[in-house]
This record gives sequence, structure tokens and C-alpha cells, in this order.
Amino acid sequence: MDFLFNNIYYIGSFGLIFIGLFILMTKHNLIKMIIGLNIMDTGINLLFITIGYVRKATAPIFSKPDLNPQNMVDPVVQALILTAIVIGLAVLAMGLSLSIRIYQFYGTLDIRKIKEQKW
Amino acid sequence: MRKIIAIILLFILFFAVLSSISKIPFGISKTKVGKYYINNGIEQTGAVNIVTSVVLNYRGMDTLGEVTVLFIGAIGVMAILSTITRKTEKKFTPSSSILSTGCKFLFPFILLFGSYIFLNGHLSPGGGFQGGAIIASAFLLKYLGCYEKRINEKKFKVTESLGGLAFILIGISGLIAGGYFLFNFLPKGTAGILLSGGIIPIIYIAIGFKVGAEISGIIDNLMEES
Repeated sequence: MDFLFNNIYYIGSFGLIFIGLFILMTKHNLIKMIIGLNIMDTGINLLFITIGYVRKATAPIFSKPDLNPQNMVDPVVQALILTAIVIGLAVLAMGLSLSIRIYQFYGTLDIRKIKEQKW
Repeated sequence: MRKIIAIILLFILFFAVLSSISKIPFGISKTKVGKYYINNGIEQTGAVNIVTSVVLNYRGMDTLGEVTVLFIGAIGVMAILSTITRKTEKKFTPSSSILSTGCKFLFPFILLFGSYIFLNGHLSPGGGFQGGAIIASAFLLKYLGCYEKRINEKKFKVTESLGGLAFILIGISGLIAGGYFLFNFLPKGTAGILLSGGIIPIIYIAIGFKVGAEISGIIDNLMEES
């Protein structure tokens, strides 16, 4: 129980990552695979924010002058995740538009039925 | 069968990862560079929000790459979807007067909120990317609520290009004034007021316009072709 209490955020974020991986491994529909990729993306973002978290600390913004600089969470991981969210958005838009084209060309989104994709 | 193999593989991976990651202590401060940014961020950059000073000042080059990735994504969506020839003209039922009046009423307020978010990016949580996403959500509301009003694609392309160009021009003028790319050459001002932080608010305004126009363009392409 103590192990679970100490690592619950790591377990949650890796749970999201592995749910996304499971969807990518087992589903055949392209839209469902893109949803799995996005769940994996969310899990990775949550993992990074978890690593930067400090107990009972404030956000790294000096909105009031009496805030203690020693008691703030790590700003570097938050800046990295800001980058990662934007790139995830670009990947999502590209994937959805490619699947629109694939549906119009082949008439299906099932990757087992698209014969030209196999090599 | 495939699902069972996937579950077994993922369980092995899960315990392998967990046994290593549970040695990382949770909830205490770990990096020295984060402490350095927090302790010296205000006097070195003039921005109250340390995340903003990391994004735009200490690691401004990363943000230029990020903006480029979003730009390539928008160009890619346009290039993939623009070759479709639509067979039949779609018929839309016009929206009811409550819906169209509500969306016309809400549209300027959402734009105002988005510009507030990216203008105050160095003072409060927020910034150019978040404000741009809110501005794009205003255009999404316009598409869903009153479809007959389309956005002008050419003006959006011009806005997007000007935003990207302003970022690079500010970086190059920093190179001329101070010796390296994105040097903070403007006066930093008093920390905590709107006109502080040197070049940070100017870059965030440019990024806000650019990201808003880009995501609106992606929404426009996806709504038109689907």
C-alpha cells in the first residue's frame, strides 16, 4: 500500500501510455489508432509533469512578491511539455487528414484491407 | 490471441519500467537548472512567469523550432487535403436565429479573452500558444454555429507569415544588437507590470497571431473537406 501511495502518479501515467500502446497493437481502424497515439501522448505529458512536481510547492510564477523561490516546481519540464503539446497537435492534424485521404482513395479505414500498404 | 500476446508483453514492459522508475523519488526537487532559472529568472529576463522566460529567453531557439513544426503541420494538412475535388455541393440547413445570434455575440469576447491570454503571457499562466488556441476556438464556434460565414484564407496566410517573420526579425536584431540570436535588447522594466520583459511580450504577440491563424487554417481545411 505504501508503494502504491508513493508511485500512484507514475503508475497512472504509465497506465495511460500502455493503454495507448495496447490500442495501437490490437486495433485495425485508423481513427482508433490515432486516438491511441493521442492517449499515449497525454500519458507522456503527465509523466513529465509528475517528474517535475514538488510536494506543497507553488507554480513558478512570482505573481505575489512574498512567494518563496525555494518552494516552486521545476519550470523546465513545463516548458518542454508546452513544446510537446503543440507537436502532438500537429501530428494529430496530419494523421486525421491523411486518414481522410485514405478513406476517399480506398473506401475503407481498416488497415487489413488496404493491400498496397503491405510490403 | 493477438490481444493476449499484447497484454502479456505490456505487463512485462510495465513491471520493467516500474522497477526502474520507482527509484526516482516523487515530490522533491531534482534538477539544478530549474533552481537556477527560478533564482535568477526575474533579474535576467524581467518576466515574472518563469516558464515564459524559459520558453522564450533561455530556450528561445527551441520555441522557433516548435513554431516551425506547427507551420509544417499546417502546410502538410493543406497540401494533403487541397487536392480533393469535391463531387457534390453540400446542402446546409441554415442555423436558427438563437444559434446564429449567440455565436455572433460570443465571437468578439472569445477573441478578447484569447488576446488577453497572450498579452499577459509573461505575467500569468498563459502565452502565445494557449491564446492562439483560444482564438482558433472562436473560429471553430463560427464554423459550427453559422457556417455560411467562411474565413478569408488569404488574409490568414498573410497573418501567419507576418507572425513568423516578426519572430525571426526580432531574433536577428538581437543578433545585431547583442551578439547572439534572440538577445533581449529592449529595456527590461519593472517586473510585474505589462510593459516589462523586453522582447518577450512582442514575441508572444507574434506567436499568438501565428498560432491562431495556423490552427484556424487547419480547422478550415478539415471542416471543408470532411
